Amino acid sequence: MVGRAVAGALRSLFVDLFEYQARDMFAAHGVPVLPGGVAETPEQAEAIARDIAGQVVVKAQVKVGGRGKAGGVKLADSPEEAKARATDILGLDIKGHVTRKVMVAQASDIAEEYYFSYLLDRSNRTFLAMASVEGGMEIEEIAVTKPEALARIAVDATVGVDRAKAEEIVDAAKFPAEVRDQVIDIAIKLWDVFSKEDATLVEVNPLAKAPDGTVLALDGKVTLDENAAFRQAGHEALEDAAAADPLEAAAKEKGLNYVKLEGEVGIIGNGAGLVMSTLDVVAYAGEEFGGVRPANFLDIGGGASAQVMADGLGIILGDPAVKSVFVNVFGGITACDAVADGIVSALAMLGDDATKPLVVRLDGNNVDEGRRILAEAAHPLVTVVDTMDGAARRAAELAAA
Amino acid sequence: MSIFLTENSKVIVQGITGSEGRKHTQRMLASGTAVVGGVNPSKAGQTVDFDGTSVPVFGSVAEAMKETGADVTVVFVPPKFAKGAVVEAVDAGIGLCVVITEGIPVKDSTEFWAYAQGKSTRIIGPNCPGLISPGRSNAGIIPANITQAGKIGLVSKSGTLTYQMMYELRDIGFSTAIGIGGDPVIGTTHIDALQAFQDDPETEAIVMIGEIGGDAEERAAEFIKAHVTKPVVGYVAGFTAPEGKTMGHAGAIVSGSAGTAQAKKEALEAAGVKVGKTPSETARLMRELLG
Repeated sequence: MVGRAVAGALRSLFVDLFEYQARDMFAAHGVPVLPGGVAETPEQAEAIARDIAGQVVVKAQVKVGGRGKAGGVKLADSPEEAKARATDILGLDIKGHVTRKVMVAQASDIAEEYYFSYLLDRSNRTFLAMASVEGGMEIEEIAVTKPEALARIAVDATVGVDRAKAEEIVDAAKFPAEVRDQVIDIAIKLWDVFSKEDATLVEVNPLAKAPDGTVLALDGKVTLDENAAFRQAGHEALEDAAAADPLEAAAKEKGLNYVKLEGEVGIIGNGAGLVMSTLDVVAYAGEEFGGVRPANFLDIGGGASAQVMADGLGIILGDPAVKSVFVNVFGGITACDAVADGIVSALAMLGDDATKPLVVRLDGNNVDEGRRILAEAAHPLVTVVDTMDGAARRAAELAAA
Repeated sequence: MSIFLTENSKVIVQGITGSEGRKHTQRMLASGTAVVGGVNPSKAGQTVDFDGTSVPVFGSVAEAMKETGADVTVVFVPPKFAKGAVVEAVDAGIGLCVVITEGIPVKDSTEFWAYAQGKSTRIIGPNCPGLISPGRSNAGIIPANITQAGKIGLVSKSGTLTYQMMYELRDIGFSTAIGIGGDPVIGTTHIDALQAFQDDPETEAIVMIGEIGGDAEERAAEFIKAHVTKPVVGYVAGFTAPEGKTMGHAGAIVSGSAGTAQAKKEALEAAGVKVGKTPSETARLMRELLG
């Protein structure tokens, strides 16, 4: 689902939670979980292990799969051992994600492993429940090799999951009789999590049966919809400020939709689609100049006022990797003359802080007047190029120079 | 002809008294659209003045329809109230509801889409620029002065890429250009628009613009192969977008597609659609097709 996640990242739509945050959210809605806590230091991990007593599992909190294989999940038989394991795991780099927190949870023997999730099914424009009693395998693998073992039940958005719906899901997945009632109860509570928290994904893997027959959510993923922030006051605190790139954090503070990339050509444009297209055109043009790439995604929206332009330029010029900047604006609602005025005033506001060459391409409403304004201002850093492809080429050339 | 919106369309604006609603109502009127009313329950009975055109404000969509014969509504209300506004429009049975509002929680859009099933309202959007049938009517925020009426139909997820493509092909002109929005759940899809353009005698060729995420373009490709005989050119944005965080395992199972620009391009090409590498190249391909 990389594509959706990319679009999500560029449009800042969805936020993935850490496992411990998902666990806390499950617990808050009455979903059974094991005792545990989150630690940022080995000492905190030791204290949590002491509270739990008995064997614990120390788990790296990273938003990427495969942490077990990477050495990010370890058992510990004593608080001292939990401290030692936390020391090993904190700071561990797992596929480019540095571990800053560990979750310490009671270790549990597992008699059986199940799978349960609710998610947005965008293709069918509905919500979907998926459940399986096949444990010990990756769920993608089950979906391919044994599709009949993965129940998929559409959930009507206007109705949700009541007891009857939960029974339908649980029976479709053929949960054994001895856990049926427990899983039905969990299915209803997980729907509460999904629905009341404005989630687009709630996944429990594994949903485990302990040797004593108790069913528990042992590991979970939750993705939240940022658009619902206006009615989810608690969600802001769940954002991972530590992981944010400093430029991204600065941009967010100014209300800019900015994503840092690994490249040399700074990009400013209006509209997510046009900016994405600009990244592509710059990357194509860059092939000719030693593989120069776009340095960022920045959508200044339809308005493109002088202040927004100045804020955007300020962020991009603050990126040491940037060698040239491509401003690509289609004057639709905001006419090109206003955009040109914005660029001129932004450069004036930035003064000596503006140090890198700017290639500007304007098209659309009042384009001639816009180009005239830029020509008249004759700022030494600014080059105006008529076409998007030509401007991308020039910006790539300047970045490679 | 055109699709979904014609010179006979009578348009109302939900949220006409807000700053966006007011600004774009002005623009719609200036481009010749028959804006016959607005809706705001707390300002019913008042009028809003637009350079001499006085537009009455009604307390509900149903009342506005009854008094004016409106058959199209454009929604500018804030995200918090958007679901209520769409449900009201659906309940009133209006034919077309264009949701411009950006930032609506996906739970709300999934709910209002589900609510509209089996009823008589076509929803476009949310988070879209709306649609324009140049020279006839303009429902939304697409600039009216880019181009004129013509023989190309355009459907796009992206607003500014819609404008860009209209500009590139402005000398040929468009029957209708429709921005369906890039949100995960939208009302009118690429496929709905492709079907309508296929059935529209005035549309001779179709431009389809997609972007990364979901599998709408792949599904559209299948549809084109089976049902569209008019020439189609395509463009997909997002080839160089970074691979973001994956959202658990469940999503990929459902969509059955990687959702990448490359996967979409390949699907379209397999359906016989010529796909441009850049917007300009896409426009060139369209010119070649039209001879």
